[in-house]
Amino acid sequence: MFKMNVVRTLFALGLMIGCAQGAQASLLDQVQKRGFLICGSNPGVPGFGLPDDKGGWTGFDVDFCRAVAAAIFNDPTKVKFIALSAKDRFTALQSGEVDLLSRNTTWTLSRETGQGFLFAGISYYDGQGFLVRKKLNLSSALELSGASICVQQGTTTELNLADFFRGNNMKYEPVNFANAEEAVRAYEGGRCDAYTTDASGLYVERQRLTDPEDSVVLPEIISKEPLGPAVRQGDDEWFNLVKWTLYALVNAEELGVNAKNVDEKAKSDRPEVRRLLGFEGNFGEGLGLGADWAYRIVKHVGNYGEIFDRNLGEGSPLKIKRGINALWTKGGLQYAPPIR
Amino acid sequence: MAGSTRGGPGANALYVLQGNIPPRAPPLRRRRLIDLLAGNLFDGWRASLLTIATLLLIALVAPPLLRFLVFDAVWSAPDGAACRAPGAGACWAFIWRKLPYFTYGSYPLDQRWRVDVTLAMGAVLIVWLLWLNAPRRNLAALLFFGAYPIIAFLLLHGAPFIGLPRVASDLWGGIFVSLLVATVGMVVSLPFGVLLALGRRSSLPALSLACAGFIELVRGVPIITVLFMANTMLPLFVPENLAPDRLLRPLIGVALFASAYMAEVVRGGLQAIPNGQFEGALALGLGRWQMQRLVILPQALRAVIPGVVNNFIALFKDTTLVAVVGIFDFLRTVDSARLDPVWAGPTIAATGYAFAAMFYFVFCFAMSRYSLFVERRFSHGR
Repeated sequence: MFKMNVVRTLFALGLMIGCAQGAQASLLDQVQKRGFLICGSNPGVPGFGLPDDKGGWTGFDVDFCRAVAAAIFNDPTKVKFIALSAKDRFTALQSGEVDLLSRNTTWTLSRETGQGFLFAGISYYDGQGFLVRKKLNLSSALELSGASICVQQGTTTELNLADFFRGNNMKYEPVNFANAEEAVRAYEGGRCDAYTTDASGLYVERQRLTDPEDSVVLPEIISKEPLGPAVRQGDDEWFNLVKWTLYALVNAEELGVNAKNVDEKAKSDRPEVRRLLGFEGNFGEGLGLGADWAYRIVKHVGNYGEIFDRNLGEGSPLKIKRGINALWTKGGLQYAPPIR
Repeated sequence: MAGSTRGGPGANALYVLQGNIPPRAPPLRRRRLIDLLAGNLFDGWRASLLTIATLLLIALVAPPLLRFLVFDAVWSAPDGAACRAPGAGACWAFIWRKLPYFTYGSYPLDQRWRVDVTLAMGAVLIVWLLWLNAPRRNLAALLFFGAYPIIAFLLLHGAPFIGLPRVASDLWGGIFVSLLVATVGMVVSLPFGVLLALGRRSSLPALSLACAGFIELVRGVPIITVLFMANTMLPLFVPENLAPDRLLRPLIGVALFASAYMAEVVRGGLQAIPNGQFEGALALGLGRWQMQRLVILPQALRAVIPGVVNNFIALFKDTTLVAVVGIFDFLRTVDSARLDPVWAGPTIAATGYAFAAMFYFVFCFAMSRYSLFVERRFSHGR
């Protein structure tokens, strides 16, 4: 009990210091004065955040940080990435060491109410899925009745799996392993019919199989893992900026504006496009930015679809399908409020 | 005690030799291979059995290992496709492709010559310093401990006033950061360790208590805990702009740790110096520091060379722990490179770790051989 109190006091102290700093100057002012954005990134998740051959950061979450930097500085390279482990990430955000956390973090209630964060939206709808061999000729997870399934022990994955099969009145045989690597080896060795973890992870693990083309990811997603960028509470201007950066990316895709045609689209007569690119109204002002804030984002980083495609989709080795991450107009869940 | 009598062991005690040892053939001056084999490997049935068992074990382990590492290995490939082929061994093409990343981490491409220059200067100075017959070694020491850290800092971190742009430490990584952490740890720990050891043996109670307290405190906590504390708790207590650099935090932690361990090794050496040496030095009229510098420490340090090198080797491998606080040291770069979806495949992790093992082995083995050489060299005078 004493220990808990100490921890709480420390957190409170940290938050107080953080707030005191926030009161001095808004985070946007601080970032502009500093000259670069500090982004908490993932130390290594393929497709989301990973250093490439030259040591530069690439990935879906990384590109989101670059989009924010592009909106503020008109230069996507003005970001400093700090690799944060799952343990480190929350203190780093609480203490003000990073301006923004973009490292596939699941949006949950307790993370907003208990730890003082705000999630700026959902950049990637992840959820648990199944990897099976092609030759089983399965088209749905509902056909997995009686299957043996490799799963990592002691994770929520294991519990979701049990819920799914019980809820659908199906039998299965769980085969537990201490870590993901062992579970995948066992799947590859034919010890079980299917392997289950978060869908984005399935595509990564599939890539490590001797023959990735031999296995497919089934379309069913059996749990909710909404991933998105998070900021500290207490600076609404900054929260808005991060949130609308995400919305600008999604709106740009919806309006068909991408990095290649953005200059051409600038001549467009469509009012939505003109508002997005800053030719009608001055919506950037409310965010503390110039009118061309969204133009900068799309020009330098591309729209949501482009970011998805080059890091996770067909333009990448992972080849993840858009699925529920498609636009709402195409049967997915990505939907952004209008800019007006 | 049963067999012994008052004056000592009896003449019929079991361990007292009865009669003379039979004469043996003189050892051969120049040994032929066949003698060597017969004399060492097949000397009696026990040795023969062990030799055969060892040979069998080698025959069992070596072929698959060689097949994986050499014969089936993929030496060059544009991406992971060739390495994913069934039956393919180690994917050296992957290592080759990622070698710049393993060496420099995220250091900007056009600035990497600065790392090269720093490493080359360090290598020259270290060879100069460690080569016992080299001329003017005290100049080397002066350069290495005095000028080199400053030059290295200016080169690596940057100095806009001489035209070198700043490179923030979050971009540093790879082998050069591993070497940096290890070198800082070693260079700091030896002098601080000596001072702490002397302090702990001091007759001034305050000094001795403080030194003992520091040593025990640091040795009593796992290094990983200190790294985590420095990384997650420190920023909560100090204002954002005062928090030390993310690379400096583990550097300080590692240096403190290495010093505490070194202090105990050195103290072991000091403990072994007979009192006569102190008295002799005092009788010659040497002062307290002269006595330590000229008489005690040279003998004490010589006695603890194996212990010191042992510490250095442990420290070199402990540098991998900085990865837990987000520093991309060599092992961490290997660990993240193996996740690259372009190369991902069943053999990539094994190849990466095999390469890392070789890297650490080469450095540790070199340190070990050098220490043996120095020991032998110093024992000539005895």
